[in-house]
Amino acid sequence: MSGVGIMFHQMRFDVRAQLRNPPVVFFGLALPVLFLLIFGTIFGQAAASAATFIPGITALGIVSTTFVNLAIGLTIQRESGLLKRLRATPLPLGAFMFGRVGVQVGFAFLITAVLVLVGVLAFGASFPAAAIGPTVIVVSVGAASFACLGIALSAVIPNGDAAPAIANLVALPLYFISGVFFPVSSAPAWLTAIADVFPVKHLAQALVAGFDGAGVAWGELGLVAIWGVAAVLFALRFFRWSPGRD
Amino acid sequence: MTAAIEISGLRKSYGDHEAVRGIDLAVAHGEVFAFLGPNGAGKTTTVEILEGYRERSGGSVTVLGVDPTKGDREWRSRIGVVLQESEPDPFLTVSETMRLFAGYYPAPRTVQETIDHVGLAPQAGQRVRSLSGGQRRRLDVGLALIGDPDLIFLDEPTTGFDPSARRNAWALISGLRDLGKTVFLTTHYMDEAQAVADRVAIISAGEILAEGPPGELGGRAEAPSTIRFELPPGVADVELPAVGAARSRAGRALLVQSIDPIRDLNTLTGWALERGHDLRGLTVERPSLEDVYLELTGE
Repeated sequence: MSGVGIMFHQMRFDVRAQLRNPPVVFFGLALPVLFLLIFGTIFGQAAASAATFIPGITALGIVSTTFVNLAIGLTIQRESGLLKRLRATPLPLGAFMFGRVGVQVGFAFLITAVLVLVGVLAFGASFPAAAIGPTVIVVSVGAASFACLGIALSAVIPNGDAAPAIANLVALPLYFISGVFFPVSSAPAWLTAIADVFPVKHLAQALVAGFDGAGVAWGELGLVAIWGVAAVLFALRFFRWSPGRD
Repeated sequence: MTAAIEISGLRKSYGDHEAVRGIDLAVAHGEVFAFLGPNGAGKTTTVEILEGYRERSGGSVTVLGVDPTKGDREWRSRIGVVLQESEPDPFLTVSETMRLFAGYYPAPRTVQETIDHVGLAPQAGQRVRSLSGGQRRRLDVGLALIGDPDLIFLDEPTTGFDPSARRNAWALISGLRDLGKTVFLTTHYMDEAQAVADRVAIISAGEILAEGPPGELGGRAEAPSTIRFELPPGVADVELPAVGAARSRAGRALLVQSIDPIRDLNTLTGWALERGHDLRGLTVERPSLEDVYLELTGE
């Protein structure tokens, strides 16, 4: 099989394994839908708020299924010796890594589609045809960037037990200060300044513009992509395939 | 044909600590070779250098004619690896895991045949996370075998097993020999080396102390046997016929070191029958691999 063929082979089994993994399904797919239902109910069906909280929860869903999922999953696979074992097979490591990113980007599209559908049907959100193209671009670049950030984070997580705590410790505060759940327009300037540095807020704003049919917010998306590129460089230098005990 | 594994003057240091201190070895194609030594002797370091995981500090190594640090995909398709600790994806079933790994290799064995070979047919549809330790180890061996490699590395394949699981694993390793595979295994169990290996090297503190077929290791073939029995009541050992090179006592038992045990036994039993004595607890023992190992490793 060619490298690409092996990558798709690997991805098929990766999808199957993840869909059987309760934390992955719950936190990556079910929880964002639950959040959408809760916040949608709290904030009512006002079109104005639907236009921000649906893309906000979508940003959370994308970050959760790419960044959090890969940071935890790769750490566990490294510490269990699975990654080390793969190195002794003819599987090209690049094919493995591209496949892992590809699967998470696929899940990101799935969660985006589900959240948009729920938003439109349950909360009367608008999702014009003009939103489709920009949304696809934003989700592709955003999900791939956050997947790379997850790979980079796994390189600094020491063991599997610490992985969920560390990944969530990084992601949760960023969700709150980035306006994922509710607008943070009343937040103090210093907090806004911190949120501006990190990529979650920029992903959320790019999604707001995309869902609105206002086109691709290249500036916002570019900042997300810069984080993604930095993550790739970091991972190339520091990612480990063998458990910490070696 | 060259040897499957050739090692000469292999050294490996971690900082000031020299884990492997000049090893020379050759393993022939089709041979089951055991690397026997206590924990921390340098076994895993050596085997991971052979597998391509670690860089050596000195010496030369070829595995299937290739320097493992330069092993490419083609080379990796010809080796199978069982690591000391590694766990396949817990959410896939046994047969899915086999199919996944089979897809990595250019000319794999069939999944069904391989599952049968390692005795996991009843568990084929079971998730990996629900397997017992022994079953998981069988899966590891199956995954090492699925690519139909020429050479298989097993790093302490039975550590933590109960006696019956170990015997099953030994049968499995012997089965690899029957498939024509070359096997390089590390172990700290003497009985394991004795049971499965064609040839054994004893390693301690990074050096090879002895090497040879398990029956001849450390001069076992030439070493004197020990004839042991209880001295009949009321008989002093001076009354015994002249047998053995040396004698010693262990409680009621008398131990006779014999270079010619067949002749000495004949003399001894003839004497006992003639006098109507009983030689209670009579045994003849060659020095065990354990004796050789303990003597060599100084434990």
